[in-house]
Amino acid sequence: MIRLEKRPTPSRFWTWSTPVLAVLLTMIAGGLMFAALGKNPFIAIKTIFYDPILGEFAFYYRGQLLVKAGPLILIAVGLAMGFRAGIWNIGAEGQYIIGAICGAAVGLAFYPAESWIIFPLMIVAGALGGLLWAMIPAILKVRFKTNEILVSLLLVYVAEQLLAAMALGPLRNPEASGFPGSRNLQQYPSAANTEIIPGTGMHWGVAAALIAVVFAYVLLSRHLTGFHIRLAGQSPRAARFGGVNPTALVVFCMGVSGALAGMAGMFEVSGPAGQISIDFNSGYGFTAIIVAFLGRLHPIGILMAGLLMALTYIGGEAAQATMQIPAAAIQAFQGMLLFFLLGLDVLSNYRFRLPREGVA
Amino acid sequence: MTDLLSIQRLTKAYPGVVANDDVSFDIAPGEIHALLGENGAGKSTLVKMIYGLVKPDSGKMELFGKPYAPARPSAARTAGVAMVFQHFSLFEALNVAENVGLGMETPPPMRELAREIREVSHAYGLPLDPRRLVGDLSAGERQRVEIIRCLLQDPKLLIMDEPTSVLTPQEVEILFATLNKLKAEGTSILYISHKLEEIRALCDRATILRRGKVVGACNPRESSAAELAEMMVGEALHTPDRAPGERGEVVLQVAGLTSQHVEAFGTRLQNIGFEVHAGEVLGIGGVAGNGQDELLSALSGETLGPRETVRLRGKPVGNLGPNARRALGMLAAPEERLGHAAAPDMSLTENAVLSGWQREDLTRNGFVLWGKSRGFAETIIQSFDVRTPGPGVAARALSGGNLQKFVIGREILQRPDVLVVNQPTWGVDAAAAAAIRQALLDLAAGGAAVIVISQDLEELMKVADRFAALNAGHLSAPRPTQGLTMEQIGLMLGGAHDMDVAHTDEAHHIKESYEEGRQ
Repeated sequence: MIRLEKRPTPSRFWTWSTPVLAVLLTMIAGGLMFAALGKNPFIAIKTIFYDPILGEFAFYYRGQLLVKAGPLILIAVGLAMGFRAGIWNIGAEGQYIIGAICGAAVGLAFYPAESWIIFPLMIVAGALGGLLWAMIPAILKVRFKTNEILVSLLLVYVAEQLLAAMALGPLRNPEASGFPGSRNLQQYPSAANTEIIPGTGMHWGVAAALIAVVFAYVLLSRHLTGFHIRLAGQSPRAARFGGVNPTALVVFCMGVSGALAGMAGMFEVSGPAGQISIDFNSGYGFTAIIVAFLGRLHPIGILMAGLLMALTYIGGEAAQATMQIPAAAIQAFQGMLLFFLLGLDVLSNYRFRLPREGVA
Repeated sequence: MTDLLSIQRLTKAYPGVVANDDVSFDIAPGEIHALLGENGAGKSTLVKMIYGLVKPDSGKMELFGKPYAPARPSAARTAGVAMVFQHFSLFEALNVAENVGLGMETPPPMRELAREIREVSHAYGLPLDPRRLVGDLSAGERQRVEIIRCLLQDPKLLIMDEPTSVLTPQEVEILFATLNKLKAEGTSILYISHKLEEIRALCDRATILRRGKVVGACNPRESSAAELAEMMVGEALHTPDRAPGERGEVVLQVAGLTSQHVEAFGTRLQNIGFEVHAGEVLGIGGVAGNGQDELLSALSGETLGPRETVRLRGKPVGNLGPNARRALGMLAAPEERLGHAAAPDMSLTENAVLSGWQREDLTRNGFVLWGKSRGFAETIIQSFDVRTPGPGVAARALSGGNLQKFVIGREILQRPDVLVVNQPTWGVDAAAAAAIRQALLDLAAGGAAVIVISQDLEELMKVADRFAALNAGHLSAPRPTQGLTMEQIGLMLGGAHDMDVAHTDEAHHIKESYEEGRQ
């Protein structure tokens, strides 16, 4: 039997090369699956990985790529900070919804006035909304030692109910003759989250995601706070010895992840989605958890993971549309990618050992 | 007469190190055979091979003249080899009988097992109540559970790994009486230790390991401790120099220190009070689990208490956290190296930042100056002879002794006014231990107040000016070490454990009757 042996220090080589290997293995395994379905595996793989970026209709897909990746990255960067510290905010979806509601509410309150200040105010409101929603599990945790996983997760469902109530009640478009849903913020220039460079999908939320990546990278690798976050996650007792205040850390990490998720929600509602509707949220907050781990909780890794994740979604849709590959097969394909990425992780911390013959 | 166990040319290599290199020796029936060596000499690997936990790369073993190659510990136990580990594998929430039963392949009914435990434990002078919860037992009593567990299997060879490291002198005496009784009944014992006096008192033969090789064998009763030490270390040992220091003013005052909150199976500190002067080393002895960890974290600032319980140069600091205390010059080095004093997966540079960023000025506007931090880590590595490829290495890749030197060095180089260390040389080889003790003495000679919490009494006698014993959360009044006998210390340590006092007589009795029988 082959044995696993823990490496004294994680291998740098494997840390960086396992993602490439995982993508290659996914292509092979996925190709076999597509072939078994009677589709040409090479064209299928090309449709998923190549066409959205460089193919004939790439001008359309490329924009979608950033639109999808932006919120994933923005949320995942915040979550990763908490995960690094061992603080498990699972409720980003809820913070995302509340951020969207708050941001939209501020924008709609000014309607139809036009001013440059409205959009920045909406960003602040979105971030604050997400932050306050995240403070509920944070404060319950530090005051009463409740489990932040449960509280933050359950608050997602509360947020969903609030969203429906808002779409049907206070935020409903008064000119929509009773249909649920708010005014379309895209049609309200002062509140619209527009593309910075038209045609690229690069809206303000994507810019915010990139800024967040840079900030998180600097914080984690250069700042004492980031050091304390990593320390607390790896070794809570050593962190206490190092003078890390666990209460402050919980509040900080929950606050940052909540604020970023709230901002993501606000950029989505004022941009790609356009309006508050009953089913506004589409699971970005949960997918971002996968993105955070896929990116190894490292800001640059999350940037890559977010783009890769968006690519498989868009490429997968393209493959469904052009090749009639069933949606279930695409999901299985995405599952394979996650499986290989996380499964191969073992290589960076362990090495395989062939057994030696026993000696009598 | 055939040997009980014959070990022939065993070799075992791990990546980067040959743990055992061509090791051969024999154990005769009914002898207590010492395996002597520094930490890292390969003793543990060797006994793990005998006990079937590790497979040798080459070489062979014979038990009663027959080939012996246990694939797993259960095979070793079936063949008659039992082992008591240095670290106990007991469930604190279960009682003694349940713990013993869990270690057996086919445990008898609980009531019968309890009766057996009571009989065997009394027969060997290690009385145990099978119904007591292990969580409530002292370290010495826990060890008894482990020993009884082995004895119930009626072993031919009993391996004991550093059994006395957690015992009071009286408990050691009881243990030795038991081992001698076992020996008289024909059981062989492989006794692993680096405590020379013990081996000279107990063992018939000794095999000495150094860096994985057998470097000698001798009759320890006929060799002096110095000879044994020289064989073990390969060089003359450096005993710490003590400048006859002058006691300065009182630097640290502790008064009325009582734990407010205690974790499950933790020990509550009870109204602890003492003073430490500048230039003085206060030694705090005690068997593990009597409040050492709690005392350290109360002094380091990890657990907070009322302001007035701890005073530094008269300033109340009892309610200040670790960073505030560090800023005032009060530093600490906890016992647990990996996971408390250092983060296992972080580099030495990062671990240098862990407690050194304030006093060594390793940050600017909250940003860590990694270049400067690396320099600080390198200084520690150089000044304390930490053997490692460089400061980028993860803490867990270092051997225990090297990491300990790093941890102690990190605190000492920050020029503390008060330094509290817990078990500074636990699991550290003799040369490194000597270096650490010297560094602590030099620190005190430079005017710092040093508190050494340790279970190693010889160590405390070497470094401490005054000695106090920690027992069940109570601290005895400190007494000058000079003129203190081992007997007095033992009583200070074990005073509250009624069983120890009572059964010392019994131990003597067993010992005497056994000696009579031999004559």
